[in-house]
Amino acid sequence: MFKILKYSFFDLTRSSWSYVYFFFYLLLGSVLLFLNNDLSTAIITLMNVIIMIVPLIGTIFGVMYYYNSREFTQLLLAQPVRRSSIFLGQYFGVAISLSLSLILGLGIPFAAYGLFKSSAIWDFSMLLVTGLFLTLIFSALAFNIALSHENKIKGFGYAILLWLFLAVIYDGIFLLSLVYFQDYPLDKFSLAASMFNPIDLSRILILLKLDISALLSYTGAVFKQFFGTPVGTLASLGMLFLWVILPLFRLKRVVGKKDF
Amino acid sequence: MVSIQNLHKQFGALKVLNGLELDIMEKGIIAVLGPNGSGKTTLIKSLLGMVVPDKGEISIAGSNIRKRWNYRQEIDYLPQIANFPGNLKVQELITMIKDLRGKPAREKELIEYFRLQPFLDKKLNKLSGGTQQKVNLVLCFMFDSQLVILDEPTSGLDPVALLQLRNLLQEEKEKGKTILITSHIMNFVEEVADRIVFLLEGKIYFDGTVSEIKSSTGQPDFEHAIAKLLSEDHV
Repeated sequence: MFKILKYSFFDLTRSSWSYVYFFFYLLLGSVLLFLNNDLSTAIITLMNVIIMIVPLIGTIFGVMYYYNSREFTQLLLAQPVRRSSIFLGQYFGVAISLSLSLILGLGIPFAAYGLFKSSAIWDFSMLLVTGLFLTLIFSALAFNIALSHENKIKGFGYAILLWLFLAVIYDGIFLLSLVYFQDYPLDKFSLAASMFNPIDLSRILILLKLDISALLSYTGAVFKQFFGTPVGTLASLGMLFLWVILPLFRLKRVVGKKDF
Repeated sequence: MVSIQNLHKQFGALKVLNGLELDIMEKGIIAVLGPNGSGKTTLIKSLLGMVVPDKGEISIAGSNIRKRWNYRQEIDYLPQIANFPGNLKVQELITMIKDLRGKPAREKELIEYFRLQPFLDKKLNKLSGGTQQKVNLVLCFMFDSQLVILDEPTSGLDPVALLQLRNLLQEEKEKGKTILITSHIMNFVEEVADRIVFLLEGKIYFDGTVSEIKSSTGQPDFEHAIAKLLSEDHV
């Protein structure tokens, strides 16, 4: 697997897209920090961007890489290599190169700003950790979708739909149901509902880290009670971890049976 | 060397392989022919484990290949389309495949043979189709395995390269290898093949030498003999 990973990674480090993505974060980070001069607003703005963009890029890159390397995968399949190694290697190649773009792109301006001396380092690390998880999760989901659809257009379509659903539509339904059932106690429901969406989960983790949950009023208090505790943080990180592991298990299973 | 028993494969409603039986014990060049959709590529992919058969057994060098992958160490395969990752250079691709196999390779000799030296530092997406196919051939033949599987080896090659390929196949055959070929170029097949396996509707319809095909159909010309074979009681 590591050989495949190495080659996928090097292949991607030479693709201009990785650099575009890297410079995007570099620019975003620098602009927000140096024109804003307030670390915590910069982190909140970054959070809003990261929570939308990272899943989107992860999805598109994952699907694109899978379809673009199809013929190459055929070549690898004829080599004495385990099938699951080929796909897991390619997946980690994509996920790691995207993660590197994110970490370096945001890390450099923050380091230049003098983050290591400030207390915001933990907020910033939480931002990076959730960014990494979102990259891993959405590229894994994208690989799964691409693997199940031979037709490129369909694969792209479903991948974008998935992103749209988790990033936008899910919240809409969530909000509507909160309004609709407002006469009932909804704490448990909203806790559970946000646990099942990695994007919501990431958002809450960062918001609570930033200590602005007071802005979220009563729900915020409930959230703080759960996610604010070490158990809650561990549970949500565990949930994000599950979001990575489960698609990878499916990937492994599907790959074992698929005809190429 | 290769033994296939009762092989079945269906893609959706389409039966591609329908109880195919094939034994290849001898050395030499065996051509697998058949009209489009007769199951040639599926057969080859089943041998390589790229397609998982619904039913049936395949053994290579005496052992069943189901759910195994390391037997591919002993097979050289030339895929149908020479479409490689465009970002890689030719030399890098060769190094990579060598690294994956972890086996000594004779790529220098083959690069020289196909005159690929000027292209080693070029990226693969900058090469013409024919040159890509030559790279494909180098990748395939450099490990010197006893079993070689070639899917459409002639595609994109100019007459000079075609002649080189023909000579290379002859040399490899003399080393005692078993070479499995699919091709649509009939006069190429006629010249190189020792045995013809003709597939139709997922089964072997004819199995014999070129001269046997000619005599059984009563056609002096190979291309016509194949056409006759197809029109006899099918269509």
